[in-house]
Amino acid sequence: MAFGPYLLLATLEGLVTAAVLSLMALGLSLVFGVMRVVNVAHGEFYMLGAVLAWWFSTMLGGHPAVGFLLALVLSPLVVAAVAFVAERLVLSRLNYEPEATIVATIGLLYIIQQLALSFYGADARPVEAPFSYRIQLPWFGYSAYKLAVIAASMVMMIGTWLVLTRTKIGLVMRATQYDRETAQAFGIPVGKVYAGVFALGAALAAFAAVLIVPIQQAHYLMGHDPLLLSFIVVIIGGLGSLRGTVVAAILIGLSDGIVSMFFSPTLAKMLATFLVAMVLVFRPQGLFGAAAR
Amino acid sequence: MTENRKSTILTPHGLTRRNALKGLGAAAGLIAAPGFVRYGQAQSSEPIKIGFQCHRTGIGAAYGRWYERTTTAAAKLINEAGGINGRPLEIIIEDDGTDPKRGAEVVEKFANQHKVDLVYGTLFSHVVVGSAPAAGELKMPYYVVSEGYHVASGKMNRYCVQPGITDVKAQVRSVAPWIANNLGKKITLIYPDYAFGHDHRDFFEPAIQAQGGQVVAKVPIPPTETSFTRYLPQIPSDTDVIYHVMVGPAVLTFVKELGEFFGNSGPQLFGFIDSLEAVDINSPGLEFLDGSHFWEGMPRYAQPDQPDYVSFYRETVGIDENGASVDDPKDVSTAAHMFGCWETLYVIKAAMEASGYAGPGDRAKLIEATEAMTEMEAGREHPQGKKRFNGKIHQVFGEQNISRVEGGRLNVVHRTSIEDGLYEPEADYTTMSF
Repeated sequence: MAFGPYLLLATLEGLVTAAVLSLMALGLSLVFGVMRVVNVAHGEFYMLGAVLAWWFSTMLGGHPAVGFLLALVLSPLVVAAVAFVAERLVLSRLNYEPEATIVATIGLLYIIQQLALSFYGADARPVEAPFSYRIQLPWFGYSAYKLAVIAASMVMMIGTWLVLTRTKIGLVMRATQYDRETAQAFGIPVGKVYAGVFALGAALAAFAAVLIVPIQQAHYLMGHDPLLLSFIVVIIGGLGSLRGTVVAAILIGLSDGIVSMFFSPTLAKMLATFLVAMVLVFRPQGLFGAAAR
Repeated sequence: MTENRKSTILTPHGLTRRNALKGLGAAAGLIAAPGFVRYGQAQSSEPIKIGFQCHRTGIGAAYGRWYERTTTAAAKLINEAGGINGRPLEIIIEDDGTDPKRGAEVVEKFANQHKVDLVYGTLFSHVVVGSAPAAGELKMPYYVVSEGYHVASGKMNRYCVQPGITDVKAQVRSVAPWIANNLGKKITLIYPDYAFGHDHRDFFEPAIQAQGGQVVAKVPIPPTETSFTRYLPQIPSDTDVIYHVMVGPAVLTFVKELGEFFGNSGPQLFGFIDSLEAVDINSPGLEFLDGSHFWEGMPRYAQPDQPDYVSFYRETVGIDENGASVDDPKDVSTAAHMFGCWETLYVIKAAMEASGYAGPGDRAKLIEATEAMTEMEAGREHPQGKKRFNGKIHQVFGEQNISRVEGGRLNVVHRTSIEDGLYEPEADYTTMSF
């Protein structure tokens, strides 16, 4: 294949990766930004979203779009509810101590993974895409659904940004992030905000997962790789910075798409890890993160 | 401290007469219990324990599920017919998570905890390679139902045998002439970047060159990959045939992306059914496979001319006309591999009977009896077809099927002969000591 089409395909693939990664990393970044909790179980919320998507989408017959839309709405809601309960039952009791929450979310990771294995099984199961149109370019064919994933992710990112910057909920969240004690003094129910943020973070991961299942498949071990990539993204972008997360996700997504296509996927992972190391050495707060106060 | 130590029954002075009597009484009670009496009196009625190393979880789970069903069906049949040497067969299952490290642990567990007579059943080649040394150290016969060339290569040990399924080297040699004569001579390989895939890479190229063909590109894909489109531009435009073989949870994604990329206008496709095992051919997005070809160890779809013993096998295992579970039409079997469990169990039965196997002390005799096997006739014990076993390399040779996707099912269009797959042995396990 000639260089031009090759690059085009690499870019498209990279953008799909970036779209899903940015949603997923945004959830991780939000939870850390507001609550200072490193959520190691984030990948399992993603997996849970995918598994539930399979469940919801196969509940109904008829056109695949019906089941998919049902999954797109319900799956993040259920995952958010699970995260809310986990936050209230576990994280809040640990007083959000950084060490304790890391250990607790590792525990949560295994609990969710083993529950999925017990009830969903060890198989990889497909979810039918809402539409299966194939765009025939002169050099290769490309799935229209993949382009829709990019669009859906952009809409979701803009939506989250609007909520954070233009609504009272967003204001409350930002106030809690800047100064927990003062926020509490002003009557903000910090505990509830934390639980809400944790649930929102998990819902974003689940939404990303529902978008991805028609491309990949739902499998109980699918949470590992996106979790690692999300950590790479939030470290490069700056923990808690929405803009940084998006920029880093596009950077990592595109480099993953292009480098792994022209050279090798291993090299792409090495480059991403190298970038993390460089960012940590020269700009520990991340590309867009604010320095610690 | 001294006081405490004195009071324990482990010290010579601490063991009281009363405690000693209690212990003796309990031991006598245990020996008198029904189970002990039975085995004490007649050692031959004790079940023969076979440890089944099963991929219940991990990337091999779909295979594991069907390997288990096939094994259960065959073991039930053997027991109904009187067992082996008059003893019933007991299958003990442990999950290896399709993980080499865990596989070795499972072999040790079978030996030390379950005290099995032998271990059997593994499919994924990296698990076999990871577990075989443990089996060798424990002097535990290890009957694998894998496909890799690792057993035949001589790199395992004398306790590791593969008598129920053919290996990749023989499979690719069998199908190469048909590919060269019917599909094309310039071939691009797409394969998993680990042991099993490397067998395809290493052995297909000489096999197709012998037919005047040529491998124009090789595309290795890491086993953990979940998306494949990025690899497809590496396929040169002058490719006649794409030879694909992928395994694990992402196989459906792989085949779908192949279809998105090429549509109906790409090169010819020849796939090893591993790329589609346990996946419904009528899944959305797979329409482009129509007219393409697959290798199948044993046909997934019931064939019009299939012998009675094949119908019997399918019925006993519980698969319908389409190769799916009779209980759930969505639960598609791994038909091209799982027959290996059935056949291996019957080989174990034959070897145990030939050697007069009575217990773990006869393990070496069991291996020698297996090595002495040669021809295996097609029939209820070997439903996939007749086989020829080479005791030197512990590997069986058999017939292969090439099937064409037509109207949403796989129809066998060619069956290779045993001779097509034969190759010169590179090893001799029989010279190794036990």
